[in-house]
Amino acid sequence: MAIPGSAQLPAETSIPRVVSTAAVTKLAPRHSALVRVTHWITTLCFFALLVTGIEIVISHPRFYWGETGTVLTTPLFQLPIPSSRRLVPTGYGYVLPDQNGWSRALHFEAAWIAVLTGLLYVISGLLTRHFRKDLVPSKADLSWRVLLTSFAKPLRFERPSAAEAFSYNGLQRLTYLFVIFVLFPLVIWSGLAMSLAFASAFPWSVTLLGGRQSARTIHFFVSLALVLFLFAHVLMVCLAGFWSRTGAMITGRTGTRKEHT
Amino acid sequence: MINLSRRKLIVSGLAATAGASGLAAAARLALKYGLVPPDHGGIYGLGETLTYASHRLLTRHSLAREFPRNRISSRPFPNELAPLTEDFKRLQAGGFADWRLSLDGMVHQPASFSIADLKNCPSRSHITELACEEGWSYIAEWIGVPLSHVLHLVGVQPQARYVVYVSMEPDTWDSIDMADALHPQTFLCYGMNGSELPVAHGGPLRMRLPRQIGYKNVKFITRLTVTDSLKGFGKGLGSAACEAGYAWYTGI
Repeated sequence: MAIPGSAQLPAETSIPRVVSTAAVTKLAPRHSALVRVTHWITTLCFFALLVTGIEIVISHPRFYWGETGTVLTTPLFQLPIPSSRRLVPTGYGYVLPDQNGWSRALHFEAAWIAVLTGLLYVISGLLTRHFRKDLVPSKADLSWRVLLTSFAKPLRFERPSAAEAFSYNGLQRLTYLFVIFVLFPLVIWSGLAMSLAFASAFPWSVTLLGGRQSARTIHFFVSLALVLFLFAHVLMVCLAGFWSRTGAMITGRTGTRKEHT
Repeated sequence: MINLSRRKLIVSGLAATAGASGLAAAARLALKYGLVPPDHGGIYGLGETLTYASHRLLTRHSLAREFPRNRISSRPFPNELAPLTEDFKRLQAGGFADWRLSLDGMVHQPASFSIADLKNCPSRSHITELACEEGWSYIAEWIGVPLSHVLHLVGVQPQARYVVYVSMEPDTWDSIDMADALHPQTFLCYGMNGSELPVAHGGPLRMRLPRQIGYKNVKFITRLTVTDSLKGFGKGLGSAACEAGYAWYTGI
């Protein structure tokens, strides 16, 4: 296990960023008000987008690559679920009720609110140096051993140390940055690429993704990745203590404050 | 519990007032410049309005992507068709020679066209994608007369804001704003892939809007009405699809 550059660093090097936790809780909350508000708006939008997205997929659970694709062409793959359209061959003897009207309306409305909220979060995160301070990992965070430890700990259902209540480890930092700056932009881009009018103004938005049906397939897989992130995120919150971490995201105060003061 | 200083109160009060008046001003501007869709009411009105307004600002004159001939889909999927009415079958038996498209409302000269009349107008075609709200899509060559040409023939009055189009299918009608009605790719479409428009695809006459979703491309068009308000049509939401819970503007 001789990993260059990491040998002399104990695994805890990245964790104690906070010298006096009592002082910090007085000065600044664990999460700023803006982070808390945008987090919960995004949560609501995410669930609305997920439920309506599933409803829309049910009307055509087939995916294609390239520009075009219909029930008359060979799909890349088809989800083994029933459909809300009679002409989609599913192997099920029944057709689900059509929910696309409200699903599309809520999907786009939630997308608007999520995108505007995300813009507010990113702009304020840049201005307040939130990304630099809280999410960009340090060199020490990025050693393989530290990253592997942070990955393995939750898999063994080990609870994080108390110091981790005030800061994120390297793996968490990389994951959050990936979700914020790769997955969210990709899911928005591939979604917009499916808009015929948007594509008329910005044709490259579709061509760069390989066509309209490719954009739809990418949209599906990125959404799936976001759902996987959600599961990992909630698992981590539960391991760290669901009520204290959720409380911190609502009130800004960490539940571990009492143990430290 | 919450320690509100006088300064905080004044600042948040001012911010709330500015926000509310900003919203009111935005709403007035949006109305003035035609950025509010007819189905702007209800809980989804915010999303519908944001989409329509931003698309009108960004894409008013943009052209739908066109494709080379070799990318035309070999098997265009016509989707499900409601049972044809007796009236339709009678016209079909006569080779659609008696099919009429009437044009009325806010025009200088109401008129009525046969398919042959429309074919005598300058013919245009584009190879564009038809995309259904369900997710599937195909590419075809669409042949027809630009709607703008026919509108110019009858003379649209300056206060006109929408064109309502009615299908021969029962309870099927829709409408578009003048930006889409005068858009060069908006066709009264009578041909597809080098031949007549098949009945399965809406023949003899279909509205073809390549910048909007399939259901907006209504089949079997028999009547156009130019109007300045959609209030008098159905429930005033702008289309039969809206009354079934679907959006009026479908550029997304």
